[in-house]
Amino acid sequence: MNLFDYTRPASLDEALAAWGPGAAFLGGGTNLVDLMKTGAMAPGKVIDVTRLPGLDRIETLADGSTRIGAMVKNATLAHDTDFAADFPMVAEAILSGASGQLRNAATVGGNLMQRTRCAYFQDPWSPCNRRDPGAGCAAIGGETHNHAILGWSESCIATNPSDFAVPLAALDAVVEVAGPNGTREIAFADFHLLPGDTPEKETALASGELILALRLPAAAKAFKAHSRYLKVRERTSFAFALASCAATLRIEGGTIAEARFALGAVAAKPWRVTAAEAMLTGQAPGAELFSQAAERALQGAAPSGENGWKIDLARRTATRALAMAAAGTPSRMPALPASPFGEPAHA
Amino acid sequence: MSHSISLTVNGEARAVTLDDPRVTLLDLLRERMALPGTKKGCDRGQCGACTVLIDGQRMNACLTLAVTLDGAEVTTIEGLASGDTLHPVQAAFIDHDGFQCGYCTPGQIMSAVGLISEGHAGDDPERIREGMSGNLCRCAAYHGITEAVLDATRRMAEEDERVRA
Repeated sequence: MNLFDYTRPASLDEALAAWGPGAAFLGGGTNLVDLMKTGAMAPGKVIDVTRLPGLDRIETLADGSTRIGAMVKNATLAHDTDFAADFPMVAEAILSGASGQLRNAATVGGNLMQRTRCAYFQDPWSPCNRRDPGAGCAAIGGETHNHAILGWSESCIATNPSDFAVPLAALDAVVEVAGPNGTREIAFADFHLLPGDTPEKETALASGELILALRLPAAAKAFKAHSRYLKVRERTSFAFALASCAATLRIEGGTIAEARFALGAVAAKPWRVTAAEAMLTGQAPGAELFSQAAERALQGAAPSGENGWKIDLARRTATRALAMAAAGTPSRMPALPASPFGEPAHA
Repeated sequence: MSHSISLTVNGEARAVTLDDPRVTLLDLLRERMALPGTKKGCDRGQCGACTVLIDGQRMNACLTLAVTLDGAEVTTIEGLASGDTLHPVQAAFIDHDGFQCGYCTPGQIMSAVGLISEGHAGDDPERIREGMSGNLCRCAAYHGITEAVLDATRRMAEEDERVRA
């Protein structure tokens, strides 16, 4: 690990003033400290924002939206009874990720800022355009089982590993940030960026901006009765997704009034296609319909290496997640969150 | 620049001056506080051997920078027993053969203590296995570990009831 300056500002203003090129904000440290150990990240200054006042609250605002402070722990959020009742697929997604220990340490803001699990990015001896612009990409032509099938470029084929981000994309979350030029809001769809020619630019955050909170609109609560996250992985727990899907339906009188679904682990951001959602509106839930919508969401998918199988896997994952959502939100969090095991194959 | 922090480790107040901000809680415990019960396995948050309680919550000591812990309360495996009386989770691991080589055991036990206090797994073996997935055991003593956590959960619930009655 490189040597760095450590500072723990007492206020937001001090935290923003402490930032300079090469600095990093520290939340739970579960990703940053790990990457500093491999050498993939080497900030000259670490700004500990875990004790900034007011960032650890979950609150309901006057307009009915839910505001989650950036320093709320992942476990705290997932186990908050009211939050889990209103946004069950968000809670299920969080609990399908990492381990109990990591969820106790990791923060909401940090989760949105976590870096890709591309092994070549994590290994400082491999060329990586994301870590070192212009260096090349060792993943192309390499081991690509956790790499993208959508939205990738010749510069970078990495995926975003967050489970949490997938239902947030489906539910139109908003990210509140503060920076040297004041505060602003970023729509979740615009928060994570596709690589293009600048894979080093991963989010819409400007230099020195810090996430303050995340907001879920009041309208997102209307989906709570039919809301699931499904995650296919190489082992049932404590593994990153090969493909995942957050799916949720608003069903009125046996008909789908509104549908939302987003795919995870297939691109550098959660993959949501509103045209695919629109295919479900006004229809009766059914396996054939779900399969067609999933097919539409995967339109344009292409292997970035020897991972063409992920296209089928993602399509089937989305189809099944929609069927699970149609069957209804379970009354209690499943023992194995987001797992296909114990769930009907064709609900 | 050195950093001075105060923290409580196993009930004892400790003042520490860190000459280097890179020191993790794991290295602080093992190398500077003579508390080698907390084990270093992967050192990357993937194996759980370094699990300790920080302010009552189980976390990976290997990913926690010590400098961030000013004012924190840390409990390690050395702080679990009361004198010669083992903690119920420790006793249950012995009764149910929850280990073979023992290297992962302090982390397993601290994780189980955290899991039980979180209260989400109850007496469901599947929820216990899921809740313990951050602790790997290369000897694969998982069956005994699950039985031990189940038994300790029951013993601690009975003890709670007895105290309340």
